[in-house]
Amino acid sequence: MDLLTPELGLFFWTLIAFLAVFFILRKFAWKPILNSLGEREKGIADSIATAERVKAEMSQLKSENEKLLAQAREERSQMLKEAKDMKERIINEAKEQAKTEANKIVSDAQVQIQQQKMAALTEVKNEIGSLALNVAEKILRKQLAGADGQENYMKMLAEDIKLN
Amino acid sequence: MGFKRLFPLLLLVFGLFAFNFSTFAQEGENHENAPAEEHEAAHEEKKGINITELVFGHVSDSHEWHLFSLHGEGGEEKEIAMPLPVIVYRPGMGLSVFSYSRFHDAGHFHKDEAGNKISGEYDGLYVEKNMKEKIKAVDGSPVYDFSITKNVLSMLVGVVLLLWLVTSAAKKYKQSTPTAPRGFQNALEVVILFIRDEVARPNLGSKYLKFMPLLLTVFFFIWINNLLGLLPGGANFTGNIAVTACLALIVFIVMMVNSNKYFWGHLLNPPNVPFLVKCLLVLIEVMSLCIKPVALMIRLFANMLAGHIVILSVICLIFIFALMNKYVGGGFVVVSLAFSIFMFMLELLVAAIQAFIFANLTAVFIGQAIEEHAHEDHEHEAAAAHH
Repeated sequence: MDLLTPELGLFFWTLIAFLAVFFILRKFAWKPILNSLGEREKGIADSIATAERVKAEMSQLKSENEKLLAQAREERSQMLKEAKDMKERIINEAKEQAKTEANKIVSDAQVQIQQQKMAALTEVKNEIGSLALNVAEKILRKQLAGADGQENYMKMLAEDIKLN
Repeated sequence: MGFKRLFPLLLLVFGLFAFNFSTFAQEGENHENAPAEEHEAAHEEKKGINITELVFGHVSDSHEWHLFSLHGEGGEEKEIAMPLPVIVYRPGMGLSVFSYSRFHDAGHFHKDEAGNKISGEYDGLYVEKNMKEKIKAVDGSPVYDFSITKNVLSMLVGVVLLLWLVTSAAKKYKQSTPTAPRGFQNALEVVILFIRDEVARPNLGSKYLKFMPLLLTVFFFIWINNLLGLLPGGANFTGNIAVTACLALIVFIVMMVNSNKYFWGHLLNPPNVPFLVKCLLVLIEVMSLCIKPVALMIRLFANMLAGHIVILSVICLIFIFALMNKYVGGGFVVVSLAFSIFMFMLELLVAAIQAFIFANLTAVFIGQAIEEHAHEDHEHEAAAAHH
C-alpha cells in the first residue's frame, strides 16, 4: 500500500530537523540540565551524609558526656560516703579516747581521794588519840589530885577486880 | 490501576450504546418507506462522501494544509486550504521552488484514462493523487520531492516549540547559584529524571550519561509531535513511515557506532555451540539485528496511524448514520462524540507511552550493543589468579 512506502522528502527533512534539534538541545539544554541535576543530587547526598555524620558525632559526644557525668556523680557519692565514714570513725575514736581518758582520770582521782582520805583519817585518828590522851591525862590529873579521888579510884579498881 | 478497572466498563457502556443505537437505526431503516430510501441513496451518490478517501486524506501527507470544504449554492465544492511550498529536484533541471497553488485549478482534479486523479500541469510537472499525493514529471523522468509538506511544517512547528520550551527551561539551570526548580522547569525535570532513572540507567548501566541527550531528544521529539498530531487539523507526522524510519535509522546507526567487540563476538561467533547450530544462530542473530530498527519503525508508525484512523472513523460514523437517516445521525452524535473523546484521551496517553516505548527500546538496543559481558571478566580474573 502507498502508506507503507516512505517519502524521500519527509525522510530528508525529518533527518535534518531531528539532528538539528539533537545537537542544539544537547549543547544548550540537556548537558547543562543533566549536569546541574547531577550536581544538585550530589549536593543533597553530601548534605545528608554530613548531617548524618554530625548527628552521629553529636550522639557520641552526648553519650560520652553522660558517661562522664555519671562517673562524676558516682565519684562524688563515693567521696561523700568516704568522708562520712571517716567522720564517724574519727568521732568514734575520739569518743573512745575521751572515755578511756575520763575513766583513767576518774580512777586516778579515786585512788588519790582514797589515799588522802586514809591520810586524813590517820591524821584524825592520831589527833583524836593525842586529844584523848591529853583529856585523859588532864582528867586523871584532876581526879587523882585529891586523896578522896585516889581512894575512890582505888575502890573502883578494886570493885572491878572483885567483879572479875 | 483505576484505569484498568475503568477500561472494560467504558467499553461495555460504549458497546451497549452502540448496540442500542444500531438496532434503533435498523428499525428506523425498516420503517422507512421505499421511495424515501431511494431518495436518500441518490442523495448520497450525489454528495459522494467517500469515507476511505476522507480518512486517508487526513492521515497521509499533503502539499497543502486542508482546513475544510465549502459547498457552494450551485453544488460546487470549494476547498479551503493553505498551499505549501513545493521544492523539487530534477536531475538535469536542478531545484525548483514554487507554491502548490500553481498546480491546481483550485483543487480540481480530473481522472486520467488509468483512473488516477491528476491535477493540471505546471513547469512540466503534475500531481497524481490517489492515497498519496505524488509530484510527477510529464515526461516521466525522475522527480525528487523535498517539499515543505503538511507533515514537514507540522514538524517544524513542533521543533520550534520544543526548542523554545526546553531552552527556556534550561536557562534556569545555567545560573551560577542553584535555585529550587519552579514552574515548567518542574514538569520538565520530572520527565528528564524519569528517562534517566527508568530508561537510561537500568538499560545502559554506567555509561548512561553519554546517551541521555539522544534518549531525551527522541522522547521529546516524538512526544511533542504526537501531541501536535492530535490537535484538530493537525498532521499525522509520527504516524508516517518515513518519519519513524528516519528515527529508527538514527537509533540503528548510534547502536552500530557504539557496539563493542563482545557484542559482535557473541553475534558472529557464539561460544560453546556446535558448528551447524552456530551457523543457524548467526543467521538468526543477524536477522534479529535487522529486525530491531524495523520493529521500532513499525511500532510507532502503526500505533499513531491506528489512533488517527480510529478517531476519524468514529467521527465519520456520525455522517454515515446521518446519510441513512437524519435523526439516527443526530442521535449518534452523542455516542460518537463520547467515543471519540474517549479515544482522544486514550491517544493522549498513547502519545506519551509510544514516545516512552521508543526511547526505552532505543536504550535497550544500545544497551545490548555496549554491554560488557560479565563472564568474560570472570574468566580473565580466573586466569590472573592462576598466574
